[in-house]
Amino acid sequence: MSRAIGKVLAALLFTLLLTPLSAAHAEDTAVISGQIVDLKGKPIAGVELTIAGPNSQETVITTVTTDAAGNWSYTPTVAGQYFVTINPDTLPSGVGLTEPDKTTKSVVLFALTKSPPPVQFLTGPGPIKATMLETATQLAVDGFILSIMIALAALGLSLIFGTTGLTNFAHGEIITMGGLGAYMFNKWYGIHIIPAAILAIVLTVVLSGWAQDRFIWKPLRKRGTGLIAMLVVSIGLGLLVRYTYLYIFGGDKEQYAQYAGQAGWQFGSLSVTPKATITVVIGIVLLVLAIMWLLKSTMGKASRAVADNPALASASGINVEKVIQSVWILGSVLAGYAGVMMGLNQGVQFIMGSDILLLIFAAVTLGGLGTAYGAIVGSFVVGMFIQLSTLFIPTELKFVGALFVLILVLLVRPQGIMGRKERIG
Amino acid sequence: MDFQFIIQQSLSSAIGVNAIMFALAAIGLNIHFGYTGLLNFGQAGFMAVGAYTVGVMVVSFNISLWIAFASGIVVSILLALLLGIPTLRLRADYLAIVTIATAEIIRQIARSVTFKEYLGGSDGITGKFGMDFYNLNPFPGGLETPFLRFTPQDLWVVIVGWVLVAIFSFFTFLIMRSPWGRVIKAIREDEDAVRSLGKSVYYYKMESLILGGIAGTIAGFVYAISRQSVQPDNYSTALTFFAYAVVILGGAARVFGPVVGSIIFWFLIVFIEQVLRQAVSADLIPEWLMNPNQVGQVRFMLVGLSLMLLMIFRPQGIFGDKKELALDARA
Repeated sequence: MSRAIGKVLAALLFTLLLTPLSAAHAEDTAVISGQIVDLKGKPIAGVELTIAGPNSQETVITTVTTDAAGNWSYTPTVAGQYFVTINPDTLPSGVGLTEPDKTTKSVVLFALTKSPPPVQFLTGPGPIKATMLETATQLAVDGFILSIMIALAALGLSLIFGTTGLTNFAHGEIITMGGLGAYMFNKWYGIHIIPAAILAIVLTVVLSGWAQDRFIWKPLRKRGTGLIAMLVVSIGLGLLVRYTYLYIFGGDKEQYAQYAGQAGWQFGSLSVTPKATITVVIGIVLLVLAIMWLLKSTMGKASRAVADNPALASASGINVEKVIQSVWILGSVLAGYAGVMMGLNQGVQFIMGSDILLLIFAAVTLGGLGTAYGAIVGSFVVGMFIQLSTLFIPTELKFVGALFVLILVLLVRPQGIMGRKERIG
Repeated sequence: MDFQFIIQQSLSSAIGVNAIMFALAAIGLNIHFGYTGLLNFGQAGFMAVGAYTVGVMVVSFNISLWIAFASGIVVSILLALLLGIPTLRLRADYLAIVTIATAEIIRQIARSVTFKEYLGGSDGITGKFGMDFYNLNPFPGGLETPFLRFTPQDLWVVIVGWVLVAIFSFFTFLIMRSPWGRVIKAIREDEDAVRSLGKSVYYYKMESLILGGIAGTIAGFVYAISRQSVQPDNYSTALTFFAYAVVILGGAARVFGPVVGSIIFWFLIVFIEQVLRQAVSADLIPEWLMNPNQVGQVRFMLVGLSLMLLMIFRPQGIFGDKKELALDARA
């Protein structure tokens, strides 16, 4: 009996002795740990974390990965301050950090016997990550939209260049007039954007198309002003008009009252807004109409004749001035619409036209200066290249890539893709 | 209105750092545009190269300012070659488009986040990188007169700057009198005629592009040193167009055209701006017509307008000779 009691006592004693002992033993191996879960509390596996320390963020010790339960841990060998850095790229699609710039957390380990509290990385909805192919498809769609915008402006620029020889550095301001004009009718006079856009294009045609040619370029042609002098005049005009826009409208980027924040249509991972689709379709229709005009109408044929040889065209009874007038009007319809399209999809600003002027020049030069179809082909090369190149280069440098390609093309094929050789010499 | 202040500001600007910088850039453009007939719309790019080479080498890499100057010139020669090789065989407007594109490339790379570590992103580079130069300043005090005002540092920059302008003008005078200069001017008038005389138009144009580019780069040095900072957005295409306005105002293809042009340009710009500023703050101009923010924008509108009017009505500028300048050639 007493033996039995003694045994129980011994067992009790043993348990009593052992319990703190085993606890102390667990405290000996402090771990830095944490669990990464998404918004719904579901654990996330496969997230990489970099552990650095002790006491220095520079000395990286190891990289750990979360297991199926979202847990990760690291057992340090010395006490001190440790730095845990999460690699946000390893988070799954649609999950992001709630504080995206705080990827590093520090944790202080006072002694090897006491684990610090778990390191928390809070997650929320993050960017949807797409595969390379999905990204490329989205970029191609964006590139197509940009290409149409550039092509609309480039065709007009190229036609004006072809018929008058004017390298018009103020062409971007025609685009801006379309965009800002629509903004003016829309926001100042409270007209719905669709009639406002039509009014803006009419205004662009009258001011930038008809009046600009009638009161600036026609008198200069009459005086026999040289082409380089006219080019400098166009630079001056561009500067004057651009800063007049700034003077009147201020420098901020503005949105139209309607359709500003439109939800996109989702096709799988692809997202296209209805406004982009509709404006692109109208853009294509306008481009096709312009080409039909060039190919079929008497005036269009005459304009090609003037582009080829103004003196001969004039001698064969073509009214060159009238042709030039219609080319200016066509050019400003296209550019004015390009401005409205840009305004709807990206917002309006006084500098919107001159910002893409260089891309338009790149497109026209790539296609071959003075060739109408070349301008459209060049626009697609430039537009698609700009968007697709962001797969490989930072987005902020995408224009740099396009302009660089322009320089490269001029090295190997100076007449452009569709240009004829005799034009360049 | 405080006319003494207005005159002081205008005169100090007309012989100050801005005028020197634009005079140097315009001397370069004058070699390109006035004498050779090259349409370089990338002078801002050459200036950016000068300013950034100095900023990057001294601040980011701690290299001596004098070595940075030399490297800046080497880089600008490389840039001229890069621009010239693809375009100088082509018609004039190709050079125009490529140079304006390149200047924009340089600016966008300079302000990009990707290269922020070296080029400073959109904030640019600030630091005491002109100290090697300012330590040589023999002037203990600045200049303070009723009509002129300079800090000691500005005074030193201004004096050295005008010496540079004088050297460059004299150099332009000499080379344009030389056989080389006569070929250059002949290229402007009629390229084919020069070619038929057996001269390589391409090499002459390239040399002209390099020379003018170096002048632009030195203008960039002056800009960077005088402010001790380099900001990418100062080197936008508007800078090039301002320099064109200076050349055409003074008279293209004249040795002193860019210099006089720059002085008059900056006097007028600052004078008009100060008068407007004071008129706005004294309520002489109603608020709905112009507010203080809009005063600065008038500068650009005026430059644009004067470029147009000059080119239309007086393409030879103030001192130019109409006979000398056949800008009508479709080069």
